[in-house]
Amino acid sequence: MRRERLLGGALEIAVPILLLVLWGVWSSASDTYYFPPLTDILTTFRETWLFDRFGSDVVPSLVRLGLGFGLACVAGVVLGMALGLHPTLRRLTDPVVQFLRSIPPPALLPFGILVMGVGNSMKVFIIAFVCVWPVLLNTIDGVAGVDPTLRETSRVYGVTSRDRLFHVTLPAATPQVFAGMRTSLSLALILMVISEMVASTNGIGYFVLQSQRTFAIPEMWSGILLLGILGYVLNAGFVLIERRVLRWHRGARASSLS
Amino acid sequence: MLHVEHLKKTYGEGVRAVEAIGDVSLEIRENELVCIVGPSGCGKTTLLKCMSGLLPPTSGEVRLGDERVSGPPERMALVFQEYSRSLYPWMTVRQNVAFPLKRKRLGKDEARRLVEEAVGSVGLSGALDRYPWQLSGGMQQRVAIARALAYQPDILLMDEPFASVDAQTRADLEDLVLEVRRRYGVTIVFVTHDIDESVYLSDRIMVLTPSPTEVQEVLTVDLPQPRDQVATKELPEFAHLRGHVWRSIKRRQADEDAGGAAAPHVTSAG
Repeated sequence: MRRERLLGGALEIAVPILLLVLWGVWSSASDTYYFPPLTDILTTFRETWLFDRFGSDVVPSLVRLGLGFGLACVAGVVLGMALGLHPTLRRLTDPVVQFLRSIPPPALLPFGILVMGVGNSMKVFIIAFVCVWPVLLNTIDGVAGVDPTLRETSRVYGVTSRDRLFHVTLPAATPQVFAGMRTSLSLALILMVISEMVASTNGIGYFVLQSQRTFAIPEMWSGILLLGILGYVLNAGFVLIERRVLRWHRGARASSLS
Repeated sequence: MLHVEHLKKTYGEGVRAVEAIGDVSLEIRENELVCIVGPSGCGKTTLLKCMSGLLPPTSGEVRLGDERVSGPPERMALVFQEYSRSLYPWMTVRQNVAFPLKRKRLGKDEARRLVEEAVGSVGLSGALDRYPWQLSGGMQQRVAIARALAYQPDILLMDEPFASVDAQTRADLEDLVLEVRRRYGVTIVFVTHDIDESVYLSDRIMVLTPSPTEVQEVLTVDLPQPRDQVATKELPEFAHLRGHVWRSIKRRQADEDAGGAAAPHVTSAG
């Protein structure tokens, strides 16, 4: 059991390294212009991102992502609680919600640029607008699906509506809220890149596109690599927080299955 | 102390209406332990939910003392059958028991004392800071009982509380109920489908008919106190009562099966 776990853990680390080595070996002999040797890319990566363009491109990107994602989470949870608790309100707004969330996000870019210009607020708006739906819909589901026995218990003991909201309904819905947020986080990264590619003067997305246009191929690759790493780290960080907050959920599920 | 008068509960409307409770009148006296038994699906839970104010009756009324019950009264607590879904999994045992006390606006020390005393009286002092899902089923139900006790109700309703624990745990929990009742002097209404359990625990037993529910029979249990899992169950009176309740339920079921759709209203007070 223990040996199997150790082996699994070792493989988890070994496979990416192996792939990198394969890429390195394969590309070192490459004279194709579009696939420069991995060592070139890594050198460029170090020169570019540690930490020459960190302040000028990475920080603005992260700020946009953070603001957009944060706004979406707050709005999604607040609206989701309201709609989850009021079935009539939910029915009335459902067609609008379904319509808005069906709009392919990049289609909103021209509108965003027109109304808000090419600055940060447009990008934050686009990210938030796209990220809000998974959080909203999951919160609605979570809130509406609180176990009836749990709700009856709160009623029997005369728990005030305020306490019920913050200490019963919200915690009971967190597993689903977190699932929605995780979906939104990857959407946020995608929309950050797209919005920076369409209209921007800085940011990682802008850098990747600009590098490609000026035939700075190793730079372009280093940007793509950075975005991949960023996505991985963000998700890993999120999972870490989720595990802490939802420790009770995993415990309760494990005990009800055994 | 708790009066139910001509309670009737119908689910749905029109042709699809289902009459769950036909006509139930009963009285629970102060400090007594009453078991409500009946065949499965006879509307025991519906009756209990109406008594606790969770469900509004279609007609008739429930009174606690002089007050008409229209929502869960502050003097009443309820222990559910599904302990794992009635305890808050994100709260520790201590937090679970303390949570309903917020309404009472007690001092911090007083609330803490109540919580620790209640958890101690169900024998779980060592588990105060654990989570419900870290405990066995029987222990979880003890926590639910402790939560009800700390709330200091005058009347405690229990809805088949031991239906999903094993036999040994069940016997322990039955004795626990008898003991906390002595200690806290609380009136208890205990719904069960287990005839042995009802005879063992009760001062009085109310036997219900199949749905639409009515009270078929009320029996007084004169077994000596304190009860004992072995000695009490060896008494000839125990066997006699057990047989009586058993036949009372079976006979009625047989009548129903024989096609007595509109069975007569039988009530014998004992």
